[in-house]
Amino acid sequence: MAIQPTRHEAPIQDASVRIHNFDEVAGVYPAEIARAEAARCLHCKNKPCVEGCPVNIDIPDFIAHIASGDYEGAYQSVSRFSSLPAVCGRVCPQESQCESRCTLGVKFQPVAIGRLERFAADWHNGHDPKPPEKPAPNGHRVAVVGSGPSGLTCAGDLAKLGYAVTVYEALHTPGGVLVYGIPEFRLPKAIVEKEVDTLRALGVQIETNVIIGRTLTVDELFEMGYEAVFIGSGAGLPNFMGIPGEALKGVYSANEFLTRSNLMKAYLADPETPIMKGGRVAVVGGGNVAMDAARTALRLGAEKVFIVYRRSMEELPARREEVLHAQEEGIAFNLLCNPVEILGYENKDDRRDSRNGFVTGMRCIRMALGEPDERGRRRPEPIPGSEFTMPVDTVIMAIGTSPNPLIKDTTAGLEVNRRGGIVVTEDGLTSRASVYAGGDAVTGAATVISAMGAGKTAARAIHQQLSGT
Amino acid sequence: MNRILERKVLNPQVTLLKIDAPLVARKAEPGQFIILRPTLDGERIPLTVADFDRKQGSVTVIFQVVGATTERLNHLMEGDFIADFAGPLGRATRTEGLRKAAVVGGGVGAAIAYPVAKKLHRQGCEVHAVIGFRNKDLVILEDEFRQNSAKFFPMSDDGTWGERGLVTDALRRLLESGEQYDEVITIGPLPMMKFVCQLTKEFGVKTIASMNPIMIDGTGMCGCCRLTVGGQVKFACVDGPEFDGHAIDFDEAISRAGMYRDFERRAYEKTCNLFKKA
Repeated sequence: MAIQPTRHEAPIQDASVRIHNFDEVAGVYPAEIARAEAARCLHCKNKPCVEGCPVNIDIPDFIAHIASGDYEGAYQSVSRFSSLPAVCGRVCPQESQCESRCTLGVKFQPVAIGRLERFAADWHNGHDPKPPEKPAPNGHRVAVVGSGPSGLTCAGDLAKLGYAVTVYEALHTPGGVLVYGIPEFRLPKAIVEKEVDTLRALGVQIETNVIIGRTLTVDELFEMGYEAVFIGSGAGLPNFMGIPGEALKGVYSANEFLTRSNLMKAYLADPETPIMKGGRVAVVGGGNVAMDAARTALRLGAEKVFIVYRRSMEELPARREEVLHAQEEGIAFNLLCNPVEILGYENKDDRRDSRNGFVTGMRCIRMALGEPDERGRRRPEPIPGSEFTMPVDTVIMAIGTSPNPLIKDTTAGLEVNRRGGIVVTEDGLTSRASVYAGGDAVTGAATVISAMGAGKTAARAIHQQLSGT
Repeated sequence: MNRILERKVLNPQVTLLKIDAPLVARKAEPGQFIILRPTLDGERIPLTVADFDRKQGSVTVIFQVVGATTERLNHLMEGDFIADFAGPLGRATRTEGLRKAAVVGGGVGAAIAYPVAKKLHRQGCEVHAVIGFRNKDLVILEDEFRQNSAKFFPMSDDGTWGERGLVTDALRRLLESGEQYDEVITIGPLPMMKFVCQLTKEFGVKTIASMNPIMIDGTGMCGCCRLTVGGQVKFACVDGPEFDGHAIDFDEAISRAGMYRDFERRAYEKTCNLFKKA
């Protein structure tokens, strides 16, 4: 039988409809389509796709289960490697990981591994799954700081080995960036809740509203009897550009804008937490977070949303799929363009004018790509005299983060690098004995799956240390 | 979930809650704050620690009803639970080495000024407490301030309590009479702090102002609480909430505090109507 050269499409909400709701953009494969897509897998002996996966899921194995109609078996196969299958199936950049290594991709489109992973996870969640069995306790206790992807993965892996794991979360809901950052239309919060419930069923304790570095310190965790600590506290403080006008009302960091909408549910009708809706919105930056913010603003009722990015489409770091979706939804891309000032309303005659201090526009300058920098990326340089003003009501800065000082400042002997990231060995061990770290707290802003990979690595190392194997 | 151990109405607008929060109580210091959500799905709001009892494991907050969230909070009674209570956050007030200080508080800010005055007084610092309210009906913590200061200067806008005038009137007189303070610590409404800082700058007295901008997470993640201090962006939640009062851009802070004024007014009216119906 000849192999179908193109992958099967998943159902998708039409752009004209989805810009008015927060429902998931992409749907899940129907079972027969999943089986047909699974049948495209060549089952290569050397499994190049597995090497492309940061948590080394046995991809051909779970795909074989789907092909044979054993969907629960597919889920069980994935969950041996990943604590968050339904999350990864949705937000992983598969095109640059597993799918980029797919042998089929040399001639044809690669197997849609991400969609199949999501199918397996959603099938499991939709069929009244039995909670996983709680493993017999091995008598060791581990504390995990932060309940984002790295922390949850580390906790899950250790719990499966019988460790008593407590996860400390600073916010009121577990999930980290999965709940405050990634919007509902890419990752429904109910999915995250399900994954967290699975970990709880494994015996993982989750303590919300505890800020490590304030409520408790890392040293106190050891005094409390934990034998190892994993720090997965996330990326940290949002960056601003340092241009005039960033304190005007209507200027947000992407973290703030997304947190208001996602975690605080300002996207619902009649929210308790306010957010600026409507008008014209400029999002500064070109990463996935910028796409999330832009598409959230659109769904909140913006008239027009612009991505403002200083390099060209070629260098834009967001996932292609997200860019494509954003374009379909009508988001405009102002490329090779950099803000120089944010402009605000000022009624000098009436200081009580309620419009005073709100954003009215953004001055930008056109850029051209010059010589490559040390990382080989062509450096954007301003074109003199090319300034122009974009009339906007809201500006969202999505230009990265700087490490949070809370844990570093309260943990003696914890080494950080020049950029403030925690220094770790290959195994995730920090400069402090029995203290491990991973995810954005180490690398700076990266992907969910790379954070999960780091959580997994650290879990393995913690197990080796504590079990002496 | 944290239980309300004690609730006291201090005046028609201001309520004290003593909350069961042993982990927070163990660490809390004057100057720090907590973040709470009165109910599930509610808004997160920062409130400064007004007092703490490490032995009892309780933390006291004092709040003024200014909007929907504080209105909701005000309907919780002794024995009720607060959905979320996290802290202590921010840096503690630095009191080391202070031998003579003026603590200048206004309105509900007096609730935050009080633990600072108490800590200074207990460490042997000569505290001059200048505390102002609009009128005598709004006075809170009078006895507490009297007990924890060497000199107490009560002020009211209408003269119904203490002396008629603003806190800056009393502070100016003290500074002009030659009082030498190691530091002035001011906590209250933004315009009040702005004018206190202008005054102390004239006299060259180091001044610390406690800022209370809009916040969400309170741990540095969102940047909502940013202020300009000495020309640099600072996050009140991790860098503050206390800053050099002479370096703070107060006009910017005053403007930013009003970002959601319309929303807040509508939400407040709606919440009040809900409670009226109930």
